[in-house]
Amino acid sequence: MVELFVYGIVLGSIISLGAIGLTLIYGILRFANFAHGDLMTAGAYVALFMVTGPFSWLGIPDHTFGALSFGWRMLLALPVSMVAVGGLGLLFDRIVFRKLRLKGSGVVILAMASLGASFIIRMLVLILWGADYRFYRPGLLRPALELPLGVKIRPDQILILLMVSFLVSVLHLFLQKTKMGKAMRATADNMDLARISGIDTERVIIWTWMIGGALAAAGGILYGIDVQLHAGMGWNFLLPLFAAAILGTIGNMYGALVGGLVIGVAQQVSTAFLLPTYKPAVAFMIMILILIIRPQGIFGGSHS
Amino acid sequence: MILNIEDITAGYSEVDILHQVNLQVRVGEIVSIIGPNGAGKSTLLKTIFGLLQPRQGKVILNDEDITGLRPEKIVRKGISYVPQVDNVFPSMTIQENLEMGAFIRTDDYRHRLDQIYDLFPILRERRKHKVGQLSGGQRQMVAMGRALMLDPQVLLLDEPSAGLAPLLVSHIFEQIREINVTGVAIVIVEQNAQEALKMAHHGYVLAMGRKVLDDTGDALLENEEVGRLYLGG
Repeated sequence: MVELFVYGIVLGSIISLGAIGLTLIYGILRFANFAHGDLMTAGAYVALFMVTGPFSWLGIPDHTFGALSFGWRMLLALPVSMVAVGGLGLLFDRIVFRKLRLKGSGVVILAMASLGASFIIRMLVLILWGADYRFYRPGLLRPALELPLGVKIRPDQILILLMVSFLVSVLHLFLQKTKMGKAMRATADNMDLARISGIDTERVIIWTWMIGGALAAAGGILYGIDVQLHAGMGWNFLLPLFAAAILGTIGNMYGALVGGLVIGVAQQVSTAFLLPTYKPAVAFMIMILILIIRPQGIFGGSHS
Repeated sequence: MILNIEDITAGYSEVDILHQVNLQVRVGEIVSIIGPNGAGKSTLLKTIFGLLQPRQGKVILNDEDITGLRPEKIVRKGISYVPQVDNVFPSMTIQENLEMGAFIRTDDYRHRLDQIYDLFPILRERRKHKVGQLSGGQRQMVAMGRALMLDPQVLLLDEPSAGLAPLLVSHIFEQIREINVTGVAIVIVEQNAQEALKMAHHGYVLAMGRKVLDDTGDALLENEEVGRLYLGG
């Protein structure tokens, strides 16, 4: 049981990375980005391409760091993929969402457009890499460490937790301390007033896509390191992402972090009683319950 | 003359709300615009600030034609605007709200922040509080403080007393006078005609989107027709 809880935290931290981006985009652009899960997939596969392609040709050493399952190539692929997927989100914004926004399209239109974007990303991944399960390091044995209370955890998973903590801390500092971070919060609070104050809200939107895409990419890569890669991986994450964002009050980054951890733990612990195939149903149940009992989420005031 | 509105006709989609309205603001003046609901008072402020494109007419600021510029440009020219509702960032602290007001400033604006806090001492005391937790009167102070961070030449206020308790209303008007004393010209739209005219150097009465009267604040207060129609006298 303790072990399932620990695995839940690992899974939850990955869900959190996706949910934070989803909630930031919702907070500022006011629409549910159904392509967000597939941005995670894109991130995982961009990293796979870098690791097996350019970094291999460049002769970057292939050995792994100690007991971890990856080395320099992956460490370099992570930021490259984060920037690339941030750019992909931005690209979709420029060619699709921005045009709809300027036309004054409703949230449903924008959400449907994002659903279309999600299909495009997934099909591209299928065309380029096929439908098989892929690994960053096929055939590598990954021994687990024995922790007290009979918890077995792989060094990779510890690193995942550290990496998520690092990324969330950087985002926290960005939002609280920098001028652009504050402008993002102001725009999420009240876009009209932000414009009246002279804030360039289009620039804020660019930053939002870059950050949301980058975090999604990191989430996809970390999941790929922990488990495996598959063209449908991000799509399968979409439900937990929405459940996490809604649970933690949509638009609230800290809520999405907590929501992600709660959903991850609930999903893993449920496997003690249910078949693992029911994991998405657990996220779905939580989402429905929160929508019935407290639709504004755990961090929402009664006014919103 | 700092702000000159010439023959403005404006409205939403097909319907004109304002019809050839003229309005002048001199340096350091308080100009109050009163009139019944739907007279076009708020529409006039929105048109000055570029939130609405006029169909006809001109907005001149210091001899420069700023008609039709977007709000994010106009705010750089020296006009700040406080909307009637949703005029703060509720999830941010008082200090952060004021910082957002200074967003486009690239210089060191700490002295300006100090001046704003001197104007509203209660805000300094609570600067780390989230604005969403504040009372209506304090929110209004934050809203005006945010707009003042850029040292505007003209401040546009849309019904600052709306929804406030009577005691707070006179307090807010007192503070508007204090802002004006620092040299900021103020254009204020108000339902509370009595108070608005009392402090105004100049007043305008709008009805059905047209200017029906303009005179000094005192003269309008004495005016029989104004008294009967808008002052409940």
